[in-house]
Amino acid sequence: MTGSPPDISASKAARHALVALCAILHREALRFLGQRGRLVAALVRPLVWLIVFASGFRAALGLSITPPYQTYITYEIYIVPGLVGMILLFNGMQSSLSLVYDREMGSMRLLLTAPLPRWWLLFCKLVAGSLISVLQAYAFLAVAAAWGVRFTWWGYLGALPAIFAAALMLGALGLLLSSLIRQLENFAGVMNFVIFPMFFLSSALYPLWKMAEASMLLRDVCVANPFTHAVELIRFALHGQANWLAGAVTLGALAVFGGGAIWGYDPARGLAARKA
Amino acid sequence: MGPRTRLAAILMMTALPMEASAGEIWVTNEKDDNISVIDTERLEVVRTIPTGERPRGITFNADHSRVYICASDSDTVQVMDPETGKILHELPSGEDPEQFVLAPDDRHLWIANEDNAVTTVVDVETRQVVAQIDVGIEPEGMAISPDGKIAITTSETTNMAHWIDTATHKVFANTLVDSRPRHAEFTKGGRELWVSSEIGGTVTVFNVADQSEKGKIRFAIKGVNADLIQPVGFEFTPDGKTAFVALGPANHVAVVNAETLEVEDYILVGRRVWHLAFSPDHSRLFTTNGVSGDVTVVDVATREPLKSIKVGRFPWGAATRP
Repeated sequence: MTGSPPDISASKAARHALVALCAILHREALRFLGQRGRLVAALVRPLVWLIVFASGFRAALGLSITPPYQTYITYEIYIVPGLVGMILLFNGMQSSLSLVYDREMGSMRLLLTAPLPRWWLLFCKLVAGSLISVLQAYAFLAVAAAWGVRFTWWGYLGALPAIFAAALMLGALGLLLSSLIRQLENFAGVMNFVIFPMFFLSSALYPLWKMAEASMLLRDVCVANPFTHAVELIRFALHGQANWLAGAVTLGALAVFGGGAIWGYDPARGLAARKA
Repeated sequence: MGPRTRLAAILMMTALPMEASAGEIWVTNEKDDNISVIDTERLEVVRTIPTGERPRGITFNADHSRVYICASDSDTVQVMDPETGKILHELPSGEDPEQFVLAPDDRHLWIANEDNAVTTVVDVETRQVVAQIDVGIEPEGMAISPDGKIAITTSETTNMAHWIDTATHKVFANTLVDSRPRHAEFTKGGRELWVSSEIGGTVTVFNVADQSEKGKIRFAIKGVNADLIQPVGFEFTPDGKTAFVALGPANHVAVVNAETLEVEDYILVGRRVWHLAFSPDHSRLFTTNGVSGDVTVVDVATREPLKSIKVGRFPWGAATRP
């Protein structure tokens, strides 16, 4: 691979960037399709939560009303946006795992030496992973609908940008982590110190007022967790409403994590510098 | 069509049905001594009107120019002008009036006096007690047949429906029902009588012609203890084919096929659902939820709860005003 010629026109550069985007999307799609078990695994995890966990805590007598809900709901309805968030979180981390794998196998070097800005390559990788996440999220919503937890068509449509934004944010977090993790074995640490705390210390499983009943500190930690805001963004969108605060926090976290990932992958400062 | 014309057209399209079906649901708040008036289209409380102590039963007269309110702890039935919200006068109701029913003649109010074990008949024009009829202990539910010939009082402790001849004011039959009967309604043009039993957890259906039991409706909700299933108020759709039954602390309204007496669905509403009222066009059902202090609005066609509206403390009765 060599650098781009200096006289390349802007349109050619744009076409080049798009080719890279398509290639990365294609590669991610191939990888996803090649791992059929991954879709099944991605669906089974939240379905176990929905069917087993939520049934146990069904709250047949109804959960108290919190926005965006306008009336009493069962726990199954409450938990679905949180489980969509769970899919996005696990998939974001899975992308990070695959990047660590790519680095170990050497294919990442190939990618990062492409004659394109580093941030663009990372962005392409992020978009590709996020699109896979969105597909998985909608596959889960379809199964949840078959299970009896349904939303309006407007809700499904309106949730698309929310799910995509949340997927980007969590994918960016995965990218950032992947720039920090040197070996595949360290991924267990990500599970313990990132995925589980993020998921459990959020509004995915319990409403914030319920957390506040247990401890105000717990509630404050949940409020500070960007995953809470990603889940709330999805929850409101599925009910045809916009949660601007959750949207702003999600996009803000995306900017921070994305910036961190670009810094982490900067050969002069990030991982490369540390390796040297 | 320009954008303004299009906007005007859309506004007209949305405004027309509002005018066609707008009405009010009047809800008595037992602990707040007032009435919350809900707009059936905007789905919000538009007025709060003070009443006597512990308002429970509520009903309008035929042309909706008067509203009668059982002010239980004031031992009176209050007559209110619904336009102004002013109490016009009070009727002698006997002690602790809880539920009542206005006869089809629009003149005689049949009142269950819980503490006195009597049913009081009041002439709303002369404001005089016409009769007091001894019934079982703790009478509560009141119903009157569409032809006005039979009145029913249910007594909570005696566990009976008492059948009263309205011409003679005599009890001509007593039928046992399950424990703590709360509410009674005639249906199918007066051929059937339904009585809900709160502790028994059933609704008993009688053939009016011979007071024989036609069937009994039982309820079971996944994940809800059977003890919590306590049927209280119920309402029929205008075609008489479907009944909605409030199940008290089970926080659900059952949808019952009135032909087969089978439960078709359960709708999750607020805490301790007590009585029900339809919007004037019968497209929405409003449930009073005592413990959660709100009213849940249910879409009758889809059987989906739409919204729960905060009202006063312990909402109890509900009545429709077109």
